[in-house]
Amino acid sequence: MSERGVPGQAMLEVDDLRVQIATRRGIVRAVDGVSLEVEAGEAVGLVGESGSGKSMTLRAILGVLPPEATITSGRVVLDGADLVELPRAQLNKIRGPKIAMIFQEPMSALNPVMRVGPQIAEGPQVHLGMNRARAAERAVELMRRVGIPDPERRFRSYPHEFSGGMRQRVMIAIALSCDPELILCDEPTTALDVTIQDQILRLLARLCRESNTSLVFVTHDLPVVAQVCRQLAVMYAGQIVERGTVQDVLTRPCHPYTLGLVRSAPDVDHVRASLVPIPGAPPSLVHPPAGCRFHPRCKFAEEDCTVTDPRLRMIDAHRSTACLHFERCLDELRTEGADR
Amino acid sequence: MSAISLAGTAGTAERAQPRRARWYRQPALLAGAVLLAIILFMVIGAPLVTSYNPDTQNLNATLQGISGQHWLGTDQEGRDTFTRLLYGGRTDLQIAFLAVLFPFVLGTILGSLAGYFGGWVDIIIMRLVDIVVAFPFFVLIIALVFVLGPGPRSIYIAITLVGWVSYARIIRGEILVAKRQEYVLAAQSGGLSNLRIMARHLLPNVITQAIIYAMSDIVQDILAIVTLSYLGLGIQPPTPDWGTMISDGQNFLTTHWQLTTIPGIAVIITGLALSLIGDGLADLLRPGQS
Repeated sequence: MSERGVPGQAMLEVDDLRVQIATRRGIVRAVDGVSLEVEAGEAVGLVGESGSGKSMTLRAILGVLPPEATITSGRVVLDGADLVELPRAQLNKIRGPKIAMIFQEPMSALNPVMRVGPQIAEGPQVHLGMNRARAAERAVELMRRVGIPDPERRFRSYPHEFSGGMRQRVMIAIALSCDPELILCDEPTTALDVTIQDQILRLLARLCRESNTSLVFVTHDLPVVAQVCRQLAVMYAGQIVERGTVQDVLTRPCHPYTLGLVRSAPDVDHVRASLVPIPGAPPSLVHPPAGCRFHPRCKFAEEDCTVTDPRLRMIDAHRSTACLHFERCLDELRTEGADR
Repeated sequence: MSAISLAGTAGTAERAQPRRARWYRQPALLAGAVLLAIILFMVIGAPLVTSYNPDTQNLNATLQGISGQHWLGTDQEGRDTFTRLLYGGRTDLQIAFLAVLFPFVLGTILGSLAGYFGGWVDIIIMRLVDIVVAFPFFVLIIALVFVLGPGPRSIYIAITLVGWVSYARIIRGEILVAKRQEYVLAAQSGGLSNLRIMARHLLPNVITQAIIYAMSDIVQDILAIVTLSYLGLGIQPPTPDWGTMISDGQNFLTTHWQLTTIPGIAVIITGLALSLIGDGLADLLRPGQS
């Protein structure tokens, strides 16, 4: 097994990543200067609305962008190598054995005409130099590890013979098949119902803990993040607007957008009289608003928000925000707490 | 109570079973398959069906009518027409089945490359397709065989050069759609090479359409081979072949109509059998059809 980086040290570093998509209406800046570090064995959550650039960030890290999207600048450093600059042949030696990805739709992310077992065995055959029989053995063992009952028989089944939850287990087995250091998850539980979702999350969290695998977990579901991740980054309109530990960010949001997200999420423990939606709609990324991109929807917005492009800045040792007036969020929370 | 729940589970299990496509429920496919089986049996087992040699001349018995001895009569050189029909079918079908294979393979490879890589690869391949498509099929085939000289080898080359374009178009279109699917993205993010993704993940998903087309393409190839031989550009005498039989019999059309008509009917029946199989396969393999 390859040596796993020292905990507390960044194993993946994304630095000022920018992705542009050419569309008929103009150039969409889908990812606009995202920086992110993932430490060895750590789980980082990436949350935001649809279209905030979460998935594009993941796909840019792995170099599997759609043809009309291009990385215009930035670096993705893994083990000292910049994945953005790497030629495809080199990249193929990293994708699979070092980074793997789990997709949102287990329905469509498995090849419909290929038996499930060989799909799991393919990675070890290609990357770990196993022969067919050894790789098949490994696939069966992986299927057992992810909790697929009767793996020897299910090895020869086709994807359509599996339920959604079982298919997502197969996806996890494929992701784990080459023993990667980092797994990127693109909303892996969104397509599943809630009970299955919980099982899959526990499984994923346990397997990653066992093998000290890092996770980047993209979702729009805040409870899911709280369950799996320790670190959290909030994305809005292609930029990261707030970072910190999950506990911290969700209980003391320092960005009005995060505050809005937390308030618009239903919470079973504290049933609120009404959910507070965020007013307005996400901005067009062809012509994003000047200054802070959230200011047209922000109730704390001041004059300077419309002109100054706010940078993500540290506000204490483990916390950064891009809001110029983040104290107002905290003030609002305090007065609310006093009212209760 | 327990009986009810047991019955319930049994029902679900039955429904959950993969639905095997029932090929024998397709009347077109069944009819075509039976017809083709009969043709193939007669053609391959020709020595069992007839005792004559297709090339042996008998100048004492030329241009005979239908009789117990010569079921379909004899031709101007006293050869048994029925025997020549069977051995001719051997030649034509053998060449047709081989001739459909080369353009299938070439077109599938070029179509996959064009569809998967896009860009200049796509532009070059699809412009070549446009050039070939600009000519009528038969005109181009006849011209090519004329240049290359008569014989089966020329037929293979000509049909391959002209026929690949249809397969390339079909496969390219299918790949363009399929490569957008998430499983291709998943394969790419698993670090698989382009070649592997194309061969193991994309092609098995798209090849069905090309196979269905190949069935109707064989019919066209048989027609092409017969046409070429009719024009004297295909199979050379004395090798028996339906096209040559049709053209030789023409001189005796008013007196011995069967010499020309019977091989023509053979072409039609064979074409019908293959078309029926093609239609049946299309219904069977088309996704979402039960």
